Amino acid sequence: MEVKQYVSKTYDVIVVGAGHAGCEAALAAARMGNKTLLVTINLEMVAFMPCNPSIGGPAKGIVVREVDALGGEMGRNIDKTYVQMRMLNTGKGPAVRALRAQADKRAYSIEMKHTIEREPNLTLRQGIVDDLIVEDNVVKGVITNTGARYGAKSVVLTTGTAARGKIIIGELMYSSGPNNSQPSMKLSGNLEKLGFELKRFKTGTPPRVDGNTIDYALTEEQKGDEEPNHFSFESSDEAYLAVKEQLSCWLTYTNEMTHKIIRANLDRAPMFSGVIEGVGPRYCPSIEDKIVRFADKPRHQLFIEPEGRNTDEYYLQGLSTSMPEEIQQKMVHSIKGLEQAEMMRPGYAIEYDIVSPYQLRPTLETKLISGLYTAGQTNGTSGYEEAAGQGMLAGINAGCHALGKEEVILKRSDAYIGVMVDDLVTKGTNEPYRLLTSRAEYRLILRHDNADLRLTELGHQLGLISDERFEAFEAKKAAVAAEEKRLKEIRIKPNDEVNAFLASKGDTPLKDGVLARDFLRRPEVSYTELLQFIPAPEQPLDHRIIEQVEIQIKYAGYIKKAYQKIEKLKRMEAKKIPERIDYDAIEGLATEAQQKLKKIQPATLAQASRISGVNPADLSILAIYIEQGRIAKI
Amino acid sequence: MTTTEFDTIAAISTPPGEGAISIVRLSGEEAILIAEKVFAGKDLAQVASHTINYGHILDPKTKQEIDEVMVSVMRAPKTFTREDTIEINCHGGIVATNRILQLLLSNGARLAEPGEFTKRAFLHGRIDLSQAEAVMDLIRAKTDRSMKVALDQLDGNLAHLVKSLRQDILDVLAQVEVNIDYPEYDAVEEMTTRLLKEKALDVKKRIQQLLQTAKQGKVLREGLATAIVGRPNVGKSSLLNRLLHEDKAIVTDVAGTTRDVIEEYVNVHGVPLKLVDTAGIRETADKVEKIGVERSRKAIDQADLVMLVLDSSQKLTEQDRALVELTSKKKRIILLNKVDLAQQIELPELKKLTGTDELLTTSVLKNAGLDQLEERIAKLFFGGIEDSQTTVMVTNARHIALLNQAEDALDNVLDGIKANMPVDLVQIDMTNCWDLLGEITGDSYQDELLNQLFSQFCLGK
Repeated sequence: MEVKQYVSKTYDVIVVGAGHAGCEAALAAARMGNKTLLVTINLEMVAFMPCNPSIGGPAKGIVVREVDALGGEMGRNIDKTYVQMRMLNTGKGPAVRALRAQADKRAYSIEMKHTIEREPNLTLRQGIVDDLIVEDNVVKGVITNTGARYGAKSVVLTTGTAARGKIIIGELMYSSGPNNSQPSMKLSGNLEKLGFELKRFKTGTPPRVDGNTIDYALTEEQKGDEEPNHFSFESSDEAYLAVKEQLSCWLTYTNEMTHKIIRANLDRAPMFSGVIEGVGPRYCPSIEDKIVRFADKPRHQLFIEPEGRNTDEYYLQGLSTSMPEEIQQKMVHSIKGLEQAEMMRPGYAIEYDIVSPYQLRPTLETKLISGLYTAGQTNGTSGYEEAAGQGMLAGINAGCHALGKEEVILKRSDAYIGVMVDDLVTKGTNEPYRLLTSRAEYRLILRHDNADLRLTELGHQLGLISDERFEAFEAKKAAVAAEEKRLKEIRIKPNDEVNAFLASKGDTPLKDGVLARDFLRRPEVSYTELLQFIPAPEQPLDHRIIEQVEIQIKYAGYIKKAYQKIEKLKRMEAKKIPERIDYDAIEGLATEAQQKLKKIQPATLAQASRISGVNPADLSILAIYIEQGRIAKI
Repeated sequence: MTTTEFDTIAAISTPPGEGAISIVRLSGEEAILIAEKVFAGKDLAQVASHTINYGHILDPKTKQEIDEVMVSVMRAPKTFTREDTIEINCHGGIVATNRILQLLLSNGARLAEPGEFTKRAFLHGRIDLSQAEAVMDLIRAKTDRSMKVALDQLDGNLAHLVKSLRQDILDVLAQVEVNIDYPEYDAVEEMTTRLLKEKALDVKKRIQQLLQTAKQGKVLREGLATAIVGRPNVGKSSLLNRLLHEDKAIVTDVAGTTRDVIEEYVNVHGVPLKLVDTAGIRETADKVEKIGVERSRKAIDQADLVMLVLDSSQKLTEQDRALVELTSKKKRIILLNKVDLAQQIELPELKKLTGTDELLTTSVLKNAGLDQLEERIAKLFFGGIEDSQTTVMVTNARHIALLNQAEDALDNVLDGIKANMPVDLVQIDMTNCWDLLGEITGDSYQDELLNQLFSQFCLGK
């Protein structure tokens, strides 16, 4: 029987899906002053973590800090609910250090849901959005499966793996969203009717086991850090958990037996039997994929990670699989420390629809329908952090759109979020997209320690950062500048004490006096050590300020070079391409360039230059064509 | 490359071939800055706009003088492109002009695309709308042609060599990236600065070898400008005749020149010598001494290689000393001719003047010492490389500039390592080197790195 529709409320912004993208989008839009509705299939699954119980890591951790600097929630939320915190890459340069937290999944979800419930402009509601209301290519609202018609000025779709989701475990296959939730079956078809090109992607998750049945003695323990660190620039060191209050992860390995079991049953692996159509990620392969592609590797690492405090369920990081349950059990039992392990949930593969992201503008608004935005896995990415970063940007722009404010674009030199969005809208993606530090050409500028310096001001302008926090930020900035200036003015004279110190470091002695700044440039010398030889600052400095001073002084040469590159590029970024440009009318463009430009419709000459197949001659012709139009108008 | 629109561009603006003067033009924000780096004379940053300034072009690395030039400085906006523009009027013929262009490219300029000066003029509103179509036609036509030329120039062997260089760098990069993006991944060795240094040195050596062939490549195409100098009657003329006749020299007039100067080419052990000022060599003794030196000076300026002939049967004259001095900065071979006669020349004094330069004793008349001379010439230009038949020749100005920049990037890698910078910072310059090499083969493409990453390593978390 046809569900009868009724006209319900009207909002400024509606966000569909309360995963990691949706939560950020809804909170950002609401905090900017928009009356916002967040609709999701299951209210128990707000900010749900269907896969690994961790947040952060290389590149991803930087995105969390960027979201935080823009006034987003992910950083604060994980700081409240982590069970372990580790800084990675500490032996390397400042650009690639990365924070990673193990999360209490349940607590994370509950905390986020509560934050959303308490947000004044924001309404959280359970429901499935089946269709969009669109008039003349302008979005007007959404229709739910219960027949409610909600009006809105902007709509953000963050449907994750729910969009025509299909779970696969060996021969078993059924329609489902993540973790056996209800899938969204109708929205995808309606998007296709509106003219969107969809693609099918695949991802997967490993089995979970009962912690009481693990023999930890046969594994290696991996503890959290003692040194306090948080994701949010708001969190204080005092709140940091002592190591003994943190939970450990445990390291073990697959072995020849595990591999033998898998190889013997490859005919039952959906990955290879042709059952799975979706394209999976290379950087997060299933164990069967690893064993086929890297046949000569005798073992693969596995991390046994806690899913939270009030549960004994453990996640087998590295053992993602869609083999039949029976085989999964055998695989698990072949592993050291897991011989007796009880499997609580089997691993599974999940296939879902994505909107090919070349159909988006750098604001994450669809080119096809004004006021409609997409973010997260819907855009072909994978990872909670990638989702949150896009959700933040889409929420901000949906909010700006509803308020009639100027939209926000993050450049590749502004943030990892900018790198990700530019990659997606310019190059598209053929597999679930994950952020990697190697995707960023300015990674020395896009550090996790300076995310606040890069983005707090923008967050404040948008009304997402409180005045109080902004003042604290300005004070930090001033303190960094003052200390840098001070170190430029103090001279260190060569004396026995200084030279004995340098000798102990295996460094060359001082012959003449040097500026404290130049002394600190010696790679072996830390700021704390420098303080032995110069007067201390009037007030002792916070470690985050010291970190900035050290990085900015020690790596000044590299940082300067990177900024020069960015400066050059800025001019190209400023060259806008008119939206209604007719690429067919431009004679002389190479055919390939013409097709690509038509498809991607770059916003600036710089973006056009990043499209593969658009060569410098095409750019020249394009530039002249645009200039011609400009002159003709005058 | 993404910054093409705002790069400073350079090109030789006069038609190819031997003219009395050639002009190298630079346009863009950094035009004056770049010219300044290779120019010895007035401070170009300080001179008034639209002035022409006398000076010399020097290679900032070797301090070697390339040419005596006049440099026009024209500041934006009153220029053709409406950008800062530099025009270098050079006098040293094709070889010197090319070297000047090369220097500019190595110091931050980019080789201009066809029609690019005109394009910039248009984009900056210098040319009106009616001319726009013509500009686009120009770009289209010239691009097609130049792409074909570029492709032709990128011969298979060079492409293969550069690709193998890039693959080696890529392996290093991938390993560094894996260490960064998958810090807990245990199956890959940590890329240390020591390993990185080894790789950088290896790649640098191979790039230098390629650049070495660039020198040869140019020599092969254009001939090595060679001057034979010496005061009258020391045996220059006989030497020339020996070289011309005995080596079955190819004597030809250079195509495309408007002047009726005939230049003579001699092939010595595979090195084509283009003899400069052959008329001067044949000059008889009755000319005034002063003119002789003046004339020699010009010949020396134009030459890449100077053969200075001294008469060992006579004492050194003032003119001899002047010529030794004049040629001191050039690649030169000093011949002590007429060894068949009684020795009069003051060897200790001469050695003091010539420093470490080797002295060859010859008797052109008796055909003695000429083999050594030829070997010496060949050695000077094929130094180190055994078999020139199988060696790849780099001849394209753009390729040479990119290789030079790639070498600079490697120097930055090595500097970073010396300064104890962490691997991931040093790697920035390594990536830069990889990108520059990629511009030669046309595949600077980020996905390559990711493909390498995921095909080489089995990555999880």
